[in-house]
Amino acid sequence: MRRVLAVLVRNQPGVMTRVSALFSRRGFNIQSVAVGATDDPALARMTLVLDEDEPGVEQVTKQLHKLVDVIKVSDITDDEPIERELVLVRLAADASRRLEAAQMAQLVGARLVDVGEESVTVELTGPTADVEAALRILRAFGFKELVRSGTVAMARPGRVARTAGPAGGVPPSKLASEGVRVI
Amino acid sequence: MGIDTARGPNNAPEGHRLSRTEAPAGIAPGQEVSGAEALIWALVEEGVEVVFGYPGGAIMPVYDALYRIGRPRHVLVRHEQGAAHMAEGYARASGRVGVCMATSGPGATNLVTGLASAHMDSVPVLAITGQVATSAIGRDAFQEADVCGVTMPITKHNYSVRRACDIPSVVHEAIYIARTGRPGPVLIDLPKDVANERVRWMPYPPPLDLPGYRPTTAGHPRQIEAAARLVEESRRPLLYVGGGVVTAGAGELVVELAERAQIPVVMTLMGLGAVPGRHPLSLGMLGMHGAAWANYAVQHADLLIAVGARFDDRVTGDVTRFAPGARKIHIDVDPAEIGKNVAVDVPIVGDARRVLEELIPLVAPAGHDAWLEQIRTWQDEYPLLYERTPGVVAPQDVVVALDTLTAGEAVVVTDVGQHQMWVAQFYRFQAPRLQITSGGLGAMGFGLPAAIGARLAVPDRPVVAVVGDGGFLMTVQELAVAAQLQLPLPIVVINNGALGMVRQWQEIFYEGRYAESLLPPGPDLVAIARGFGVPGRRVDRPEEMTAALAEALAAPGPYVLDVVVDPSALVLPMVPPGRAIDEMTGVKGRVE
Repeated sequence: MRRVLAVLVRNQPGVMTRVSALFSRRGFNIQSVAVGATDDPALARMTLVLDEDEPGVEQVTKQLHKLVDVIKVSDITDDEPIERELVLVRLAADASRRLEAAQMAQLVGARLVDVGEESVTVELTGPTADVEAALRILRAFGFKELVRSGTVAMARPGRVARTAGPAGGVPPSKLASEGVRVI
Repeated sequence: MGIDTARGPNNAPEGHRLSRTEAPAGIAPGQEVSGAEALIWALVEEGVEVVFGYPGGAIMPVYDALYRIGRPRHVLVRHEQGAAHMAEGYARASGRVGVCMATSGPGATNLVTGLASAHMDSVPVLAITGQVATSAIGRDAFQEADVCGVTMPITKHNYSVRRACDIPSVVHEAIYIARTGRPGPVLIDLPKDVANERVRWMPYPPPLDLPGYRPTTAGHPRQIEAAARLVEESRRPLLYVGGGVVTAGAGELVVELAERAQIPVVMTLMGLGAVPGRHPLSLGMLGMHGAAWANYAVQHADLLIAVGARFDDRVTGDVTRFAPGARKIHIDVDPAEIGKNVAVDVPIVGDARRVLEELIPLVAPAGHDAWLEQIRTWQDEYPLLYERTPGVVAPQDVVVALDTLTAGEAVVVTDVGQHQMWVAQFYRFQAPRLQITSGGLGAMGFGLPAAIGARLAVPDRPVVAVVGDGGFLMTVQELAVAAQLQLPLPIVVINNGALGMVRQWQEIFYEGRYAESLLPPGPDLVAIARGFGVPGRRVDRPEEMTAALAEALAAPGPYVLDVVVDPSALVLPMVPPGRAIDEMTGVKGRVE
């Protein structure tokens, strides 16, 4: 089952390696990872999309928690998270099809970002399912190159993301009061 | 053991002392030091008394600092693998953090087996490795290896230090992480230029900055109450005790709980000694080579109280048929262990000591006479037996003799293989921290160096190394350390001329095709020992064995006793892979 985890980590070299090594070593099935700094430069936030059933997800979160650089792991799947993925795709379109490609891109909600001799590059942003629907339509032009960012996700305001902490029931850490922003 | 080498009870001979050019002095805030000196002073401040290591290019600034500061005591190993195993042996015997040190590249990679062993067995070890200068990192410089990358999966945490001013806090954090929560090895990789960088010493200890590291040590009160209720409802309860109990120093509390509610106790390999082997409620070891009665008890229990144990495959056999009729309580300091292999009814995350302290008063005194009687019947019907061939030493007899001569009170350090299991089956460890073995990783070559580490950690207790002829040769060069330091350390080689456990599996599962498991005759282990300046003796007659063992135990320094044993002896009973643990082979042995 698809699960979305929000993971707050220390923004330090090697943290990505630790997390990805954990996944490969433990044999977890990972669909996407996206990482970036938060508004606190000392912290980074990772969005992990997994294809795991319980108890695999529980094991993932517990193992992540064991990493010293991991500050907080939240399973936000059940909180109807806001999810976005960015895709850059270069469509094969010479002069004769350029206009058609641009129009089609517009129809599926993509933004034109670059026009070349033989191609049109467009940008798509949205939930992964929407992005994939749009890509299915654009595929008619043929893809010269495609880049996906992986999913970033955020729990909706007013909903409390469940902290997958040490053994069910242990209260979430006092991070907020310690000056660490809980995203 | 003193900090000063001159005061240690296991002194090096005069010529081997770490000589100093000036008397050691403390260090004051504001004083300028090199990164390497900061590292050594931080170790001193942390109370580290001994470091096992081997110098080399990138770690030379640290060795120079060690030489000038004159402490901690340094033990020069003969191979870095020995340093890591010694640090583990030291940590396990003493309960303190063991420290090992190596240079960059090959020095560091030689630590890997030892670190992996410490990681699997949750042993607090600090490894310090030199690294090439930061300007050379990533350029495939001479003796460069990505040690943090290599050791990431086999350490609890590791550090690549980039600024000398971070060294004291890195050392403080590393030791804190190594010894708290679920203990484990931590590595500090120190580039040579950082070791040479000048910094000002700040007040020690520096504050801990670990927002992502907060081990849970207090168990959840409601879960503890739920556990107490299950104990009271059960008619056939069983304590299943692992190495976590030893680590937490909770052995006495397990005994208290066991006695209070008359609960028998099975132990994992790592848990042996947590409850005294001669205690009437002790059922010894369970699992693949556990006693039949112990495994039957597990399979017939209606409540399994797992404390500091992790449901390892060597314990559970076919995990889907493990303790099928039992509700399960799992007490562990590592939340990731709970529910990892086996679903449990009452999970309790916490330090075994703290949880048991809370649990015991909630459990009403009880008796389980029928249950204990049932187990006693199994003990009578299916005892641990082995065969004796006339004129040949049965390896189990060596262990029984050792148990008798030392009353189960020696620190017995084993290597890996058949002898390891015979010790686990027949040596009745009377206290925690007496049994030291590479349990999780099963690293051959562990025995001799780990015994040296243990010997240095507990100078007032007898320490015996029991090794196989295969594993002994893997790290035999560490005999030089035992000889140099004149450590009283009997080394008992259970010599069957084979890689016994491999041979046993080949006999049972490969129709007796002993592919490369039979060692050619020799080498002459007594002659090898003599080459290191260590006395020894070979014995192959049953009637001489006990006296020879007594002689080895009484030797004032290291002593190699090469016991030639029956090569056909098997470790029985045995649960074949994929079977449930009550589906053992070789349960009914036979005594001549």
